[in-house]
Amino acid sequence: MRNDQPLIFERSKPGRIAYSLPALDVPAVDVSELVPADYLRTEEPELPEVSELDLMRHYTALSKRNHGVDSGFYPLGSCTMKYNPKINENVARLAGFAHIHPLQPEKTVQGALELMYDLQEHLKEITGMDAVTLQPAAGAHGEWTGLMMIRAYHEANGDFNRTKVIVPDSAHGTNPASATVAGFETVTVKSTADGLVDLEDLKRVVGPDTAALMLTNPNTLGLFEEHIVEMAEIVHKAGGKLYYDGANLNAILGKARPGDMGFDVVHLNLHKTFTGPHGGGGPGSGPVGVKADLVPFLPKPVIEKGENGYYLDDDRPQSIGRVKPFYGNFGINVRAYTYIRSMGPDGLKAVSEYAVLNANYMMRRLAEYYDLPYDRHCKHEFVLSGRRQKKLGVRTLDIAKRLLDFGFHPPTIYFPLIVEECMMIEPTETESKETLDAFIDAMIQIAKEAEENPEIVQEAPHTTVVKRLDETTAARKPILRYQKPKHSDN
Amino acid sequence: MTIPKRQGKGKNAVLHRYLPMTEEDKQEMLKTIGVASIDDLFADIPEQVRFRGELKVKPAKSEPELWKELAALAEKNASVKQYVSFLGAGVYDHYIPAVVDHVLSRSEFYTAYTPYQPEISQGELQAIFEFQTMVCELTGMDVANSSMYDGGTALAEAVLLSAAHTKRKKVLISTAVHPQYREVVRTYAKGQKLEVKEIPYDGGITDLKALEAEMGDDVACVVVQYPNFFGQIEPLKAIAPLAHEKKSLFVVASNPLALGVLTPPGAFGADIVVGDMQPFGIPTQFGGPHCGYFAVKAPLMRKIPGRLVGQTTDEDGRRGFVLTLQAREQHIRRDKATSNICSNQALNALAASVALSALGKRGVKEMAAMNMQKAHYAKVELEKRGLSSPFAGPFFNEFVIRLGRPVSDVNDRLLEKGIIGGYDLGADYPELAGHMLVAVTELRTKEEIDRFVNELGDGHA
Repeated sequence: MRNDQPLIFERSKPGRIAYSLPALDVPAVDVSELVPADYLRTEEPELPEVSELDLMRHYTALSKRNHGVDSGFYPLGSCTMKYNPKINENVARLAGFAHIHPLQPEKTVQGALELMYDLQEHLKEITGMDAVTLQPAAGAHGEWTGLMMIRAYHEANGDFNRTKVIVPDSAHGTNPASATVAGFETVTVKSTADGLVDLEDLKRVVGPDTAALMLTNPNTLGLFEEHIVEMAEIVHKAGGKLYYDGANLNAILGKARPGDMGFDVVHLNLHKTFTGPHGGGGPGSGPVGVKADLVPFLPKPVIEKGENGYYLDDDRPQSIGRVKPFYGNFGINVRAYTYIRSMGPDGLKAVSEYAVLNANYMMRRLAEYYDLPYDRHCKHEFVLSGRRQKKLGVRTLDIAKRLLDFGFHPPTIYFPLIVEECMMIEPTETESKETLDAFIDAMIQIAKEAEENPEIVQEAPHTTVVKRLDETTAARKPILRYQKPKHSDN
Repeated sequence: MTIPKRQGKGKNAVLHRYLPMTEEDKQEMLKTIGVASIDDLFADIPEQVRFRGELKVKPAKSEPELWKELAALAEKNASVKQYVSFLGAGVYDHYIPAVVDHVLSRSEFYTAYTPYQPEISQGELQAIFEFQTMVCELTGMDVANSSMYDGGTALAEAVLLSAAHTKRKKVLISTAVHPQYREVVRTYAKGQKLEVKEIPYDGGITDLKALEAEMGDDVACVVVQYPNFFGQIEPLKAIAPLAHEKKSLFVVASNPLALGVLTPPGAFGADIVVGDMQPFGIPTQFGGPHCGYFAVKAPLMRKIPGRLVGQTTDEDGRRGFVLTLQAREQHIRRDKATSNICSNQALNALAASVALSALGKRGVKEMAAMNMQKAHYAKVELEKRGLSSPFAGPFFNEFVIRLGRPVSDVNDRLLEKGIIGGYDLGADYPELAGHMLVAVTELRTKEEIDRFVNELGDGHA
């Protein structure tokens, strides 16, 4: 299994090409006549020189060194690694979607605007909000966009003292980071032993300086914040807004809507719940939904439906402004729309039902072998603690690495921060019972190995193309790019 | 017609092709959990916020029906493949080597997430490491990250980095920078309470005298675009010292394709270079997703936003790659992070890497030169027809032409002839009403350019 893979630069041989451009059909003019001497590039960039077959072999070899959802189970908590439908990919590649320019006259892109408008309508209904913008490029971008709107809302009310955003201690790291970038201070609210936001602590931290409370529901422990109505009341009474981090929306489609729970702003991760593929880290798409009182602050432009068709409205005097060039990650939005239209209302509801069924099934079957810190029904994901195994000298990291030997992607580990030796498992609804059982069996075997033969876990992985990597040296002496060896070309 | 709600009967019934659980599976699982129904698992949702009834979303369609409907919707759009396009303004119709989509379609890449488990993500990590190297090579910079959302937000992040690094609050940005990029910078600046001061252009490039007059010890960074929004080649050599004299950072937004022929910003002393890799292998797709890039000089390495991939070794000394310097990032730093970016545009970075590998050293130069030659040919031909440009300076693949008529009228007529005309500058630059920004890429043939020139030149269009 272990093997080396040369870099594309190391496969390079001067002269080879993998492109085909037409011959120049306008009069040839030397570029040096068009560019002033100082601005004419003299040192060529060291880019690869490979044939087309070399190129395909290189990237095919790289792909084989990568695990995706199509390769095997990927229960990475909070990331909703569900199946990425293939029709979505085909639709996004239609020339009328893939090859349209964002600045074309509106009358030439009515199909695209119609799709965006209808996607917004669908997302409004799914979340229970009054308006949706598709502009943010990802979840974190949506968080910042939503917070900027909340800031604009308070300021429009002449309220300039709301400087604080409250986040639970179990929150995603992006929440406090987005608050900082939007110019707020972050205040942390504690969780109770039950894994829910501590209402008493919330009452303590909320006040006239509260701009918003950011909440994921179900939360990052996979638990539904059952006091959500009281929480909304506490925050709203203090004049703050309620922000919904949509990372975990996959648990409640057609079962509950953030808008009905009292949330004022919602962001969605279309690359999670709505099957835009994760792409190895992106591109994603992070639409934001708002209640009516925040509509004037939506980023511009806003898509409107008029007598002569759809148009982009730039005349939004109270808008927070543009958050991204053009109109969001359209290509991902096309995929999400295709997915929603493939599922329908009952299909979407079934998505959440099976996501929750699968998580609870796994949780119950594993509870005997690993510590279950919160023993109640979970939603689409759950957390286990590896503290029992830690006493045997086997860390959660070791368990994660051992899972690689079984062909599984490990769960999210060491998050949320409030659970010791945490493993956060999200199976999603697209996995079969056989797959869940195979993963459960592997986890049970690892638990037994931790007792009987801990070395095999501690030294894992045994079957991957590389062993554990030295991350300390990588950070201490960073090598962030390839350097051509000197005197190598003669 | 919609698909049936349930397919198959009894214990074999399933709901959807994406939902594999049979009725029998479900019953077994409920038994293991110890509940009677799935609804019992949702009992923790308070009654008053539980959603009853059915979502008012369109009913599900079968695969062939949905395909037909969405293909028809796509047909309602005029694609740049069907029309002849001279529209650029930051997004360009370029040659995409066929290999690009074949690599992107490897689902080991597109169905993976961020490479948190390096042992089973070496492919993605190595691809990003190669991408980082290519960005450094093109821009002449020391360190590049794994990508940003797009050129506009990358520029905004560069401004935030500059302010945090210099502990200064004033940002000078040329009005010859893409208008939408400037708007995004202004939105980001509001959150951080930065003052964004725009520096006018003169003769199509940044007004150096105006810039010099605004320079001071309070300036975090000077931002220009190269080539700028008008296609003109900004005199980076003259601008860099103005910024550095006051210990401000010099930020350059750059079309990476132009760097196939132009001296890279790094060579002029740029501290941060950003832009969009869209010209390399990424379709226009209505403005996104594209792929921002972000490159810095070595002293700023530990302040760069976003994910970085580093080379290291495994326990046997074998080369491998990992996400590194993560102490900068939001999931570690939380509210102390200077950027909240979490995801990147890995798949589009891969597209750009594949396109750059396909084009290679020779192809990038050839393609860049071809853009320049065709754009110059178009401008010369238009000038022969009596149309003039307000700007005389050197330019890359875009230039401004004075029409003396409303650009939208001209574009309407061009459309009837199967041509998507250039960008109407009047909306962003009132003084340039009646001026069109024309982009000519390597994909435009001489015959297409001549047709465009004829349409504009004889006054019919």
